[in-house]
Amino acid sequence: MRVMAQMAMVMNLDKCIGCHTCSVTCKQAWTNRQGTEYVWFNNVETRPGLGYPRGYEDQEVWKGGWEVTANGRLRLKAGGRLTKLLNIFSNPKMPSINDYYEPWTYDYETLLNAPAQDTFPVARPTSLISGKHINIAWSANWDDDLGGSTEHAAMDPMLKGIEDKVKFEFEQTFMFYLPRICEHCLNPSCAASCPSGAIYKREEDGIVLVDQDKCRGWRMCVTGCPYKKVYFNHKTGKAEKCTFCYPRVEVGIPTVCAETCVGRLRYIGLMLYDADRVLEAAAVEDEHDLYEAQRSVFLDPRDPAVEREAERAGIPGDWIEAAKRSPVLKLITDYKVALPLHPEYRTMPMVWYIPPLSPVVDVIKDTGYDAEDKDNLFAAIDALRIPVEYLANLFTAGDTRPVEAVLRRLAAMRSYMRDINLGRDPQAHIAEAVGMEEEEMYEMFRLLAIAKYGDRYVIPTAHGEQAHALEELATDCPVTSFDDELLDSSGPFGEGSGRGAVTPVAVENLMMLQERAGADTLVSGGAKRGRVNLLNWDGRGMPEGLFPQREEGVEVSAGGGTSQQPMDDRSLLDGGQARPDNVAGADGGPQR
Amino acid sequence: MSTFLWVIFPYICLATFVVGHFWRYRYDKFGWTTRSSQLYEDRLLRIGSPLFHFGILFVAVGHFMGLMVPQSWTERAGMSQELYHVVALLGGLPAGIACLVGLAILVYRRRTVGPVFRATTVNDKVMYAVLAVVIVLGMWNTIAGTLLNLGIAGDHYNYRDGVSPWFRQIFWFQPDASLMEGAPIGFQLHALLAFLLFAMWPFTRLVHVFSAPIGYVTRPYIVYRSRDERPGTATGTRAQKRGWERVQ
Repeated sequence: MRVMAQMAMVMNLDKCIGCHTCSVTCKQAWTNRQGTEYVWFNNVETRPGLGYPRGYEDQEVWKGGWEVTANGRLRLKAGGRLTKLLNIFSNPKMPSINDYYEPWTYDYETLLNAPAQDTFPVARPTSLISGKHINIAWSANWDDDLGGSTEHAAMDPMLKGIEDKVKFEFEQTFMFYLPRICEHCLNPSCAASCPSGAIYKREEDGIVLVDQDKCRGWRMCVTGCPYKKVYFNHKTGKAEKCTFCYPRVEVGIPTVCAETCVGRLRYIGLMLYDADRVLEAAAVEDEHDLYEAQRSVFLDPRDPAVEREAERAGIPGDWIEAAKRSPVLKLITDYKVALPLHPEYRTMPMVWYIPPLSPVVDVIKDTGYDAEDKDNLFAAIDALRIPVEYLANLFTAGDTRPVEAVLRRLAAMRSYMRDINLGRDPQAHIAEAVGMEEEEMYEMFRLLAIAKYGDRYVIPTAHGEQAHALEELATDCPVTSFDDELLDSSGPFGEGSGRGAVTPVAVENLMMLQERAGADTLVSGGAKRGRVNLLNWDGRGMPEGLFPQREEGVEVSAGGGTSQQPMDDRSLLDGGQARPDNVAGADGGPQR
Repeated sequence: MSTFLWVIFPYICLATFVVGHFWRYRYDKFGWTTRSSQLYEDRLLRIGSPLFHFGILFVAVGHFMGLMVPQSWTERAGMSQELYHVVALLGGLPAGIACLVGLAILVYRRRTVGPVFRATTVNDKVMYAVLAVVIVLGMWNTIAGTLLNLGIAGDHYNYRDGVSPWFRQIFWFQPDASLMEGAPIGFQLHALLAFLLFAMWPFTRLVHVFSAPIGYVTRPYIVYRSRDERPGTATGTRAQKRGWERVQ
């Protein structure tokens, strides 16, 4: 047994409303640079739909992931080492920019500079790739919310075999959202495809990263990843991928996508697994067994034998404790409601999903029956083949039994909790029907529905004695950042070369950020008590603290005069109606 | 002048080549990449790139044979001058043609495909120009020297008597400039520009030649690395660096 720790994520799809906040915040944090315009480390797909890049799930086309050979060994689907080297000068299976989309910007300047004229000036879209005006005909989310689904969603590779049953007439369509990040697989085929050995899995937390200094731009990882979550930065010529926000995770803060998720549907925690058994599990013959095989690789940190082995493997004590409390462990192992995305790619993905019950609930609701009744829900799960088969194609390689089991548990939780919420006696037989204890069911409800911050994210920090290795800790000489060379945007060898190259790591020291976020005082000085919550300000009067104190005797300059006028004119605003809201602001700070 | 061209200049270039690569690797690992443009366009690249690269790899092997293996060795192996030239031509000509055709396709692609052209730096353009001239000169030497039999004063020029010994002498620091003085202008230019290319090498995208991923064949598929991979730190089975030994 070789115990290793893996930082893992579970997403509860029932709660995803497809708002794309995760995508946007991730992009702002990581990929708003030249060369990564089309890169979405996190994206949200509407299912059924094509996904991003278009139709990436069809591995007969893209050849991502692993396959099992006749003698039961794993082989990269795109070919072995020699095939890779022979194709190194031109990768035959790499998606082109058109399979993603041509990123664009708008010619905003014409809006401001256009002379007075009869017609409104128009900001025309300009391609960020060719620099020419383009007609936008596709983008990362073109089929969002089933837009154009008769045309696009019908091409969803996951509909193979059930397409005759799924009718894309709007009144009959079901849909849900699938947020995706890198899976940080236990058996990553991107790393295996990298000729340079630049992609590695971190021993401590299993995060899969690209060493930007070692990557030579051979592009094989893009093909190798069946989830198409390794992107090629076309400016720097290097591969980039989701980093699981390792600088944040190392100091115990959740990833940007998880932190900003408004639906609070993401769970982050540790999983312990037996690294010696990964290959064996990934090579089981029947695709339907892959889900169970992967589960069998996981170790239960509450088992004293496992704990001993983990200690022997050098996993710190607080990490083992965190692994015991891991919400991911609960959802995968205890409640068995989380499923892997596309286990048939045999990469052993570590971002799992709780399949949505909502398509089923919606159908019952439409028929006028009680959508929270256990029997109705159970019957519907049995009867509604389409959503179940579709979900099975996504999460269990087409085996509907595990999906049904999960949906039954979720349905049972729904009915069980309704009795409690309505003040009726809870019915133990509902929990028993899905093989759970009442207490366990209630705990699951707490984790899924209440989903408190501390329960969702159990992230042990990286260790202090390793401080210098943590990118976000300022143990380097601070003066180096003022080195003139660093100010250059690129070196002499093209974009992004030289020491001035962008290091794709957040600049801010996250220890400082965390401290500040939890501090009692504001950065600008003063206490939070004087803060105004604009959300419940009725707009009348001027509450205390809305504007900074005007310094006595300071003349307002002519330029700033107009903008300062309203705030200075107290006589107009002095209604005294406004009520400063003193309790916790909209920042979600602790109530005090 | 002769000493400068055939002794000093080659050494300047080779020194730049060696020190330049060391410097570049030390200070610009991030810029050390192929800077592939496949994302923009792959139809032309699919034909042109393998043609060019495999072509030039064979050409490199041919140069090694021609420059580094002395004539006496092949003769001792029972290979006559004629046979040698037939072998060299059979191998060299197709490789050279593949290389040139590939290069033509790639240059055409670079010029006509908008995004690819936008991603081409001045550095790239200069390098492509020198590279193209060197290849064309080399092709001309092969064709003129063997097929057309154009040499100095009409007789056949045997580069294995002139260029090759001079090139080998460079490596034991005894180059004889007179050997190159007698070579046809085509060979002289080819050699000079090739050395110029060597001097430019570390400062261009050509550095990707030295990251040919040979190790991929033998390394395990999945690479594991510790978070703490700084020099001097000893974690797990990694040895401590000198001067960083832990206090017992």
